[in-house]
Amino acid sequence: MSAPEPILSMRDYRLVFDTFDGIYQALDGVGFDLNPGESLGIVGETGCGKSITAKSILGLLPSPPARVLSGEILYRGQDLLKASERDFRRLRGTEIAMIFQDPMTYLNPVFTVGEQLVDAILAHQRAKPGGERMNKAAAKRHAIQMLAKVHLPNPERQFTSYPHELSGGMRQRVLIAMSLSGAPRLLIADEPTTALDVTIQAQILDLIAELIDDLNLSVLMISHDLGVVAKVCDRVIVMYAGHVVEDAPVDQLFNDPRHPYTRGLLASIPHPGRPPTSLSGIPGTLPNLYDPPRGCRFAARCPLAVPACTTAVPEKRHLSGNHLVACIRADEDLPAEAADA
Amino acid sequence: MLLFLLRRSLFMVGMLFALLIITFVISHVAPGDPAALAAGPDASAEMIETIRKEHGLDKPLPQQFLIYVGGVLQGDFGNSIHTGREVVDDLVRFFPATFELVLASILFAILLGVPLGVLSAVKQNTWIDHVTRVFSVSGVGVPMFWLGLMLQLFFALQLGWFPLGGQLDMMTDPPAPITHLYTVDSILRGQFDVTLEALRHLVLPALSLCFPALASIIRVNRAEMLETLNQDYITNARAQGISPLRIVGLYALKNAMLPTLAMIGLRFGWMLGGTVLVETVFDWPGVGLYAVQTAVSSDFEPIMAVTVLLGFCFMVANFVIDIVYGWLDPRVRGTT
Ligand SMILES: Nc1ncnc2c1ncn2[C@@H]1O[C@H](COP(=O)(O)OP(=O)(O)OP(=O)(O)O)[C@@H](O)[C@H]1O
Ligand SMILES: [Mg+2]
Repeated sequence: MSAPEPILSMRDYRLVFDTFDGIYQALDGVGFDLNPGESLGIVGETGCGKSITAKSILGLLPSPPARVLSGEILYRGQDLLKASERDFRRLRGTEIAMIFQDPMTYLNPVFTVGEQLVDAILAHQRAKPGGERMNKAAAKRHAIQMLAKVHLPNPERQFTSYPHELSGGMRQRVLIAMSLSGAPRLLIADEPTTALDVTIQAQILDLIAELIDDLNLSVLMISHDLGVVAKVCDRVIVMYAGHVVEDAPVDQLFNDPRHPYTRGLLASIPHPGRPPTSLSGIPGTLPNLYDPPRGCRFAARCPLAVPACTTAVPEKRHLSGNHLVACIRADEDLPAEAADA
Repeated sequence: MLLFLLRRSLFMVGMLFALLIITFVISHVAPGDPAALAAGPDASAEMIETIRKEHGLDKPLPQQFLIYVGGVLQGDFGNSIHTGREVVDDLVRFFPATFELVLASILFAILLGVPLGVLSAVKQNTWIDHVTRVFSVSGVGVPMFWLGLMLQLFFALQLGWFPLGGQLDMMTDPPAPITHLYTVDSILRGQFDVTLEALRHLVLPALSLCFPALASIIRVNRAEMLETLNQDYITNARAQGISPLRIVGLYALKNAMLPTLAMIGLRFGWMLGGTVLVETVFDWPGVGLYAVQTAVSSDFEPIMAVTVLLGFCFMVANFVIDIVYGWLDPRVRGTT
């Protein structure tokens, strides 16, 4: 298939944090492509670097402590690692929008929902090249439209509510409305449902899926819930300790995972028939990233590891069409006891 | 919001009553016989007894208290045992000067302290931040009267930039009263030379009085700004493309102002107490100086009146702060 020009592509991205304890090598050679109209999932257990990957795209990481060692983040041809704060402001909300994990803390407690929405809308408007100034009344109309679009009951009334008067699910709807009010092309969703009740999770996920179709969004969906990814995404990358270890279309990843870590993840799901819930369950712990292993970062926990795994970081290689894996032992079968673990 | 105000007001009435009891008890158990002092060293026991009767000091304490409270409720704070003047008249005469001084100090502390706190937080770990922090840490501990004396020494005696004390020059007539605040009245009357003179007299005492408050407002505001700027809602605001200026000055500051306000209220009380020292150092004709002069002669009705008055000011200030707090923070409106 002829590859379209990706809307977002990250290449060999290496990021460290300068901390009191030393240099924390958080991301090492992260790379992926996101094609227009595609939904790409990022999965991996907690602390593996999903959120900082996402925040890097919008220039939201505080620096210091964050420091970029190498790489490129190309958004429609523009290298975001070279973008100034001013450039970013032109992109945020209008080209690339982000929704976050915890709706309880991402709304400002001392302003009404409406004030925050209108403020964001006016900022988006100002950022648009040649965009004419919207007046407050028009911004308010747009805000209420957006609230209706995310199926918030009673949008006119909620417009004057304060965040503490809304439930978690309602707040997440407000945040989604805010993020999409600038008609972005790319949506980054960082675990948008993790902090919500299970029933609300499903509703919000349905909403996101609906909006993706409706607004023709390209999506980067972060989750440690494989069920979420399976529902929304076309393709998934699996991260482990700051590395991308596998990159495959969703069904291929579920049916034929090749990286031992991915296989462990899928095997650790309690009921394979039901949507999986957790990524933990592989014995061992994450490597110390102040002094990361020289080779594959998963080697110490890997049932297939051989001495060669600890000498060099395995190259990402194509297994078939668009199934990539960073493992020299990807073609091997797991030893029987590890497969049941 | 109405309920909120009502409850606050009721609370204030209770506080005021408690304040009356405390000042009354303290001044009546304090050593020294005011009647004897007022009568003079040569007075006979009979004369002292007469004075005592005149001022109701022969009655049992609870009764004295009731009489006192009854008077206060009608705006009668008794008479000075020394000069015989009505205390209320003295208060009316001296209070505007104190009010002007305290107002200038608190305004100065807020208008300088909040921006410096914000600047220090935004420029964290730069030299601006370091200078501000040294200033704010050392400033909290500086005694007001010492600072006042130093300022006098340097800026009044040495450099002669500002007058040593007083509210206006000896020869200047105060502007015809409207608000009784010299700076305001002189502006309203168009006597701008008097305004300038009043301001020059105000600078040093106001500076001495506001210094500890200024220092702690900077410190609290800086800490709160740093904390607020790290919140998730700031990340979201940035992700929405809101301008950095707006994020700092509105999104973060409005949140950071809440604890800062609490500190302002606290420091306002210290300031009221500080007027006694600062007015003495700068010969400022306010109730603080009045209190010191009457205290020397155990003239307790004026002292009680000043205490109650300053206590009342403190309560009113905190009432105002509560209202501002409720206005800034939607979460307290419903609950308190
Ligand atoms: N400002 C920072 N300073 C130092 N280390 C940081 C900073 N921000 C993140 N890290 C580290 O980077 C690592 C990756 O963090 P990240 O938030 O991306 O994890 P995550 O994959 O999103 O996990 P989760 O599923 O819990 O959200 C973590 O180990 C974290 O400790
Ligand atoms: Mg995260």
